[in-house]
Amino acid sequence: MKTILFILLLAITPMWAEAGIMPKLDIGKGGKCVAEPQWMRKNHMHVLLHQRDETVHKGIRGGKYSLADCVDCHASSKNNSVLGSNENFCQGCHAYAGVKIDCFECHSNKRREIAEVGK
Amino acid sequence: MSEVNLDRRQFLGKTSVGLAGLAIAPGMMLYDFAHGRAAGEEASGKVRWGMLIDTNQCQEGCNDCVTACNKENGLSGGTSPTDAQWMRKVELKDMRSGRTTSLPVMCQHCAEPPCVDVCPTAASFKRADGIVLVDKHLCIGCRYCMMACPYKARSFVHEPLHDQKPDVPRGKGTVESCTLCVHRVDKGQQPACVEACTKADHKAILFGNLNDPESDISKRIRSVASTQLRADMGLDPGIHYQGI
Repeated sequence: MKTILFILLLAITPMWAEAGIMPKLDIGKGGKCVAEPQWMRKNHMHVLLHQRDETVHKGIRGGKYSLADCVDCHASSKNNSVLGSNENFCQGCHAYAGVKIDCFECHSNKRREIAEVGK
Repeated sequence: MSEVNLDRRQFLGKTSVGLAGLAIAPGMMLYDFAHGRAAGEEASGKVRWGMLIDTNQCQEGCNDCVTACNKENGLSGGTSPTDAQWMRKVELKDMRSGRTTSLPVMCQHCAEPPCVDVCPTAASFKRADGIVLVDKHLCIGCRYCMMACPYKARSFVHEPLHDQKPDVPRGKGTVESCTLCVHRVDKGQQPACVEACTKADHKAILFGNLNDPESDISKRIRSVASTQLRADMGLDPGIHYQGI
């Protein structure tokens, strides 16, 4: 029974993607993430929140879940940013989920090397 | 004879290994100090960061520290009442003698910071190593801290910002001030203003650990007359001034 369901799921998934329901994301450099992608989809906000307090208040630097590191890997190759269109990594998925992102009102949304030179 | 020599060599060999070990230990400590904390290590109360500003060395008309601060932290450099200013050059003139003094004034990183006392959300806080900061995630922009600060050190961000520095997040609706370049200090570097002043060959700002009796800043505070701005208020600022 489980196998049949799994095969059904496999068969249906590309249909969603093709129908344009799933967001099509430019994942930038991509590569191996700091945790399993599926786990990160669900939990990135918690780890970012935890590490931000550790960094701001205790001064612990170089943690695993750094927002700037997220941006460095996932900024689009087109505009070097995680924002800009619904193909960009952060904006695309947040638009799909209908969740506002506050991070980039203060934090840089561009790759470090670009942001440092830019201004 | 040869036996004696062998013993002697072994003894010397062992002793020198022991001595080398001793020599490496303090060397390692110095190395750690000069290169900031290790990744994952908390800021410690054993350190208290501070500055000694020698107003005799500070040149009138030189604005290099302020420019470097603006560049490092992504500030516009504007000086209107609604522009963020983390550091200002102040010119003093004694009207009787005509003696003029020039000095930079920024957040004084008090040991007893009034901005922390008044903050209703605990956004304004003092780190273990004495750096006074605003956690902008918690700041609601009420500006009580700006009222409380006797040094007028804090600014409010009135307009939306773009292209912030990756190391210095800043945003509309929050209060901000000199962070003592905390992102640089954590890496073991000096604040941008200190670097700029040294580069301009004025060497008016000395940065270091006030809690370490052997640091350059502690030695100099012991040997020359210095004061804190409005020391009478008992806030014990980390920024000391010489020659005012």
